[in-house]
Amino acid sequence: MSKVCIVFDRIRSEEKMLQKEAEELGCNTSMLDAKITQINTDSKKDDYDLGDVVLERCVSYFRGLHFTASLEFMGAPVINTYDVANICGNKMIMTLRLKKHNIPTPKTYFSFSSESAFENLEKVGYPLVIKPVIGSWGRGVMPLRDKDTAEAIMEIRDINDGPHDRIYYLQELIQRPPRDIRVITVGDNVVAAMYRKSLDGFKTNIALGADPELCEVSKEMEDIALKASKAVGGGILGIDMMEDEKTGLTVHEVNNTVEFKGLSRVSKRNIPKAMVEYALNYIRK
Amino acid sequence: MNCQECDATLNIPDDASVGEIVSCPDCGADFEIASKDGSNFVLKQAESVGEDWGE
Repeated sequence: MSKVCIVFDRIRSEEKMLQKEAEELGCNTSMLDAKITQINTDSKKDDYDLGDVVLERCVSYFRGLHFTASLEFMGAPVINTYDVANICGNKMIMTLRLKKHNIPTPKTYFSFSSESAFENLEKVGYPLVIKPVIGSWGRGVMPLRDKDTAEAIMEIRDINDGPHDRIYYLQELIQRPPRDIRVITVGDNVVAAMYRKSLDGFKTNIALGADPELCEVSKEMEDIALKASKAVGGGILGIDMMEDEKTGLTVHEVNNTVEFKGLSRVSKRNIPKAMVEYALNYIRK
Repeated sequence: MNCQECDATLNIPDDASVGEIVSCPDCGADFEIASKDGSNFVLKQAESVGEDWGE
């Protein structure tokens, strides 16, 4: 009997759904709290209850990334892999990867100091959207519509001066309906998609209360989502797209530890079951 | 079990798992279930949302 290990740092309904589906598929499960697990350079896979395959589900990106590196060091198969997590966790690296693979993605400008970012803004013109290269749930994402706003944001960044505050990621503001599309890909398949409608304003994150609505997956959407998944290395991913009024679907984000509570509420597909089945097939290959 | 912040009663379902978050209905403090033995729970202060939290 196969055993699936779910690595977590906070149990959300997603992790409980994954555990339940794994057990209903006849698997044993183990839940491993990354926060209290100690690993060293002599650690072996058998020192831990890692089962046959690990689903890394930490809510903290850096914790999950480094934990994955440790598990892979011990030879444990982890979904998603360190390389995939590393690419998806940094918006700049992810955007470069999408563009390199000819996936439609918004035009994005990179600067490496506030002076340079401001100079670029003045050259390109307003509005542009500023996004932190690390971060999720729409935190720190805001449209810069004028010089005063840009100066204020950059001053805050200079004061904070975290390592990633010096990396400026400025993206064209896409003219789109007040929604975006989240597509969940599992391996070479699209499992489900939803529209995320903004309640009032710019952001469409479910974590901020956006309303999920089932989205029928078109052939174009499926093709783009699967190409985006492949571009970052594949696995279990959340591909975010916008409907550009001029150019059509454009991918603005690929999420590594995809949340699916919102989509599960509206989808007829059993999303966690598809994820566990993928994990079981992953080790059979 | 009572809230460590305000002493209000915390209602923790018997099927709650280690790692789950319990919020105090009165003061809103968050606690993580650190361990469980039957219907006895040990709670610890939950981590606050980090800059790198998310998907």
